[in-house]
Amino acid sequence: MNPTEILTLQINGHSVSVAARTSVAAALRIADRASAAGTASMGIARRSVSGEMRAPFCGMGICQECRVTIDGQRRLACQTHCETGMVVEYTS
Amino acid sequence: MQTDVIVIGGGIVGAACAHALALAGRRVLVLDACRGGATGAGMGHLVVMDDNPAELALSQHSLALWRRLALRLPADCAFTPCGTLWIAADAEEMAAAELKLSRLGEQGIACQLLGSKALAQAEPALRTGLAGALKVSGDSVVYAPNVASWYLAEGGDLIRTEQAEVVAITSGTVCLANGSERYAPQILLANGIHATTLCPELPIRPKKGHLVITDRYPGTVHHQLVELGYVTSAHHSEGPSVAFNLQPRSTGQLLIGSSRQFDTTDMAVEAPMVAQMLQRAASYVPGLADLNAIRCWTGLRAATPDSLPLIGRHPWRESLWLAVGHEGLGVTTAPGTAHLLSAQMTGATPAFDPAPYAAQRFAETLPP
Repeated sequence: MNPTEILTLQINGHSVSVAARTSVAAALRIADRASAAGTASMGIARRSVSGEMRAPFCGMGICQECRVTIDGQRRLACQTHCETGMVVEYTS
Repeated sequence: MQTDVIVIGGGIVGAACAHALALAGRRVLVLDACRGGATGAGMGHLVVMDDNPAELALSQHSLALWRRLALRLPADCAFTPCGTLWIAADAEEMAAAELKLSRLGEQGIACQLLGSKALAQAEPALRTGLAGALKVSGDSVVYAPNVASWYLAEGGDLIRTEQAEVVAITSGTVCLANGSERYAPQILLANGIHATTLCPELPIRPKKGHLVITDRYPGTVHHQLVELGYVTSAHHSEGPSVAFNLQPRSTGQLLIGSSRQFDTTDMAVEAPMVAQMLQRAASYVPGLADLNAIRCWTGLRAATPDSLPLIGRHPWRESLWLAVGHEGLGVTTAPGTAHLLSAQMTGATPAFDPAPYAAQRFAETLPP
């Protein structure tokens, strides 16, 4: 795969373009930085039971902080590569 | 401050006993090694069990105490009166459900049979074609570690807790790992599976279990769901076994069980057991296969030969009392256990017969 290939996915209804082989966790951060709200550019992935913001932390599939919905299934953003047309949703 | 009773173990059983003793005016010192036990590892299912009359009496009295306690428990204890559905897969299990209905009904426990259609309406996530279920409305769910903390805090000045590992008990004296000693006229052993390290004569075996918890999927199921095979066959063999047991948590998460393995104290998660357990669960609730599991862990049930706990005086160790061997029912029966023990330890009259739980029943096999 050409590492400079650019693909586009949807994150909470917004189109985000990233390099191929970018993880969804990285895409969340890129999208966050690009958004007007700019929620501290952490790449918010979800809300905790008590409503606190949660962002990717360990990056290796252990901490479970980056659970997002990808194409209708709950997945770990750090363990998933972005794909063209992928639909990522989270509770902001 | 003087200590009247030392409680060894600050899990749900030890904490409930400390609380009951404090209510009776005793000054209690709770020694807890904080290494985590069945209280934190279990499901927190409050369930009336009726394998024998003594188990039924202890769990029924305990459930009544839980319902009174529920009015005072803080929100973080997550008391949820969701009831249990005992799922009957076929006609044979439906017959077992009817038997259970009559046994529980005789004791005035609220329950009703659901036919195939009523079950499908109550829990649409279940596979089709199940025979029915027995609904036990008074069963509930709690988050047991927070209840244990609440019990200890409720004791106010009468309960002190200390993080300490006990290495030996002699009459009235408890020796700690750091070399110091604690003294009290009465000592209560409530440290679950670790009881045999201090009292090797106790007939307690570990039964290892696995649990899986999912991400939050609120509304997937509404009751604690347990297969009736749990009582009719699955867990009655000596070999490793699994049974379908699914619990909705107040957070929307689903707790998936259950497994049993005998005589291992290796706490490692074993993928083949988890796979077998999840396959069993998915055979009842096919949609589970699409959900994201976030954690998996194990725990050890402290089981006696007749599956009844040891509650009461130690047969021959002076001033030592026992509240151990609760197997998978320690959270359910903690309030009843505490009631029986505090009554016996303070000379009061218990509300129901403590004799079936006395360690004396194993006296012949408990060599000094």
